Amino acid sequence: MATEHSKSSARFMIAPAVFVLLVWMLVPLCMTLYFSFADYRPMRNTFDAWIGFSNYASFLTSSSFLSSVMVTLQMVAGILLITIGGGVALALLLDQPMFGQGIVRILVIAPFFVMPTVSALVWKNMFFNVDNGLFSYLWKFFGAQPYDFLSQSPLLSIVVIVAWQWLPFATLILLTAVQSLSSEQLEAAEMDGAPGYSRFWYIILPHLSRAITVVILIQTIFLLSIFAEIFVTTNGAFGTRTLTYLVYQRVLESQNIGLGSAGGIVAVILANIVAIFLMRIVGKNLDN
Amino acid sequence: MGRITLDKVQKKFGEVEVIPPLDLTIEDGEFVVFVGPSGCGKSTLLRLIAGLEDVTGGEIRIDGKPATDLPPAKRGLAMVFQSYALYPHMSVRKNIAFPMKMAGMDQAEQERRITKAADALNLTDYLDRRPGQLSGGQRQRVAIGRAIVREPAAFLFDEPLSNLDAALRVGMRMEISELHKTLATTMVYVTHDQVEAMTMADKIVVLRAGHIEQVGSPLELYKAPRNTFVAGFIGSPKMNLLTGATAAKHNASTIGIRPEHLDVVSEGGTFTGRVGVAEHLGSDTFFHVHIPEMTEPMTVRAGGEVGLRHGDTIHLEPRAEHIHRFDDKGLRFACHA
Ligand SMILES: Nc1ncnc2c1ncn2[C@@H]1O[C@H](COP(=O)(O)OP(=O)(O)O)[C@@H](O)[C@H]1O
Ligand SMILES: [Mg+2]
Repeated sequence: MATEHSKSSARFMIAPAVFVLLVWMLVPLCMTLYFSFADYRPMRNTFDAWIGFSNYASFLTSSSFLSSVMVTLQMVAGILLITIGGGVALALLLDQPMFGQGIVRILVIAPFFVMPTVSALVWKNMFFNVDNGLFSYLWKFFGAQPYDFLSQSPLLSIVVIVAWQWLPFATLILLTAVQSLSSEQLEAAEMDGAPGYSRFWYIILPHLSRAITVVILIQTIFLLSIFAEIFVTTNGAFGTRTLTYLVYQRVLESQNIGLGSAGGIVAVILANIVAIFLMRIVGKNLDN
Repeated sequence: MGRITLDKVQKKFGEVEVIPPLDLTIEDGEFVVFVGPSGCGKSTLLRLIAGLEDVTGGEIRIDGKPATDLPPAKRGLAMVFQSYALYPHMSVRKNIAFPMKMAGMDQAEQERRITKAADALNLTDYLDRRPGQLSGGQRQRVAIGRAIVREPAAFLFDEPLSNLDAALRVGMRMEISELHKTLATTMVYVTHDQVEAMTMADKIVVLRAGHIEQVGSPLELYKAPRNTFVAGFIGSPKMNLLTGATAAKHNASTIGIRPEHLDVVSEGGTFTGRVGVAEHLGSDTFFHVHIPEMTEPMTVRAGGEVGLRHGDTIHLEPRAEHIHRFDDKGLRFACHA
């Protein structure tokens, strides 16, 4: 890539890819922006190309907006808590020498390959179902009243389903980090008189901090747009309406494309704020 | 106090016996060096003493008390690792304080010991840095600092200088020897470098394939190596070992002559050969001489300014009183008559 000639030919050759990418991203974004300033309700045959910021105003002031933001944050936080905690524990376990290590590791990774819709359906029908779910049988076995997870604690149920899917990802990244810890450091700590929990707290956890921040960053970006799991289980009822789901409802259920588009743009802006905020923290953590 | 006794200590990794049953006593205050080629089990032996590996058989006693089943932290030993094993996310101060913090020592005492150790090891200006911001020699010192604040019964070093450059290594060697003199604590030091062993040890333990080949002071090993292995391993450059007819003349199956015990003579001489490579060190010159009696070239030490060139013919005469004789099992005969 040194000469002028090779530079210009390189530009020429990546141009199609860049063009496709731009179209791919920009066209939907621009259309969303365009609709967000319009009063567009196809079912009622209304189309007013410019109504200013009134879509934004009504989206932001509606009572469902704030609650959906809170639900989103709670959901993401809950999932992060389970995946990081469980991921660290599983990574430490999988790092121990054991029989059939390779197969066990593949099994642990497996949930990551299950489509969100499928896993949500499996959880809903096979585990959480009051009449036939495995948990109900378990409850009955211990003589307890079966618990209706999806209507009694719907948010928790969705958190569990999504956490189950993302646990392998966290485990995988944390496992590579655990494996990169030098055994001499642990031995030194052992000789220094640190019992197991101190070794975990003072040596292993600080060593994992980078990997943990990376997991938090990547997962948060993906988790802000959870959809299938909510759609399949609660349909956004019982306080599980996230921002993404609210936008979907505005567009498809209320058939108000303008309002939904405004919500979409708001969601994009909020996600970017969260991402920048996280990047700052991660950057700080990755520096040292 | 720090008297360590190994009684028939044995270590197997699965079916592989790395350390066959072995007896050894390390006296209180002694500087003992385990030396041997790579892979001979030096580290394993040290880790058995430290408690980082379980013994397969035998008993370890520290100050007369059985320590075989004690966890590492309870043995009162401190170890300095080859990689230093500093905690990268803690400052130098916190690294040094860590063992005291784990022991629940009070803050003032911790501070006092840190100051003392930092003084002794020239680390005062670096206490608030992270290990990553230090040079190799400084990291080494932090590792030593972390060991001395515990005031252990004995120090264990596993090749602590092998990651340093040659000049630093000589300096650190002196510092560790100094430290031993001031603390008068038992030190067990592992190295594959016989120069380190010779310069630092009170007592050298030569190991081969987990066996102790010889135990003795540096000069004992130099003057009276028990067998051909020790003879070839101790001393720099290596001792010349000759077999066959030359050895038979001395009623031995192998004889050994150190390079410094061969004189260059103008006429005659026991060996006559052709000068090969010469290593000029200034004070000394080592010639590699090709002689018919040996397949490898014979090493000869000469004064600094010998006017010999590559390809010249040279006559050599060994000093009779310094010829080492070994029998057909490689064991040493009593000194040459
Ligand atoms: N954890 C282990 N498992 C199996 N074999 C080992 C282990 N540690 C060391 N060994 C073997 O024991 C022998 C001695 O190793 P070591 O004590 O590290 O040698 P040295 O320190 O003298 O170079 C080597 O052959 C090595 O392969
Ligand atoms: Mg070693």
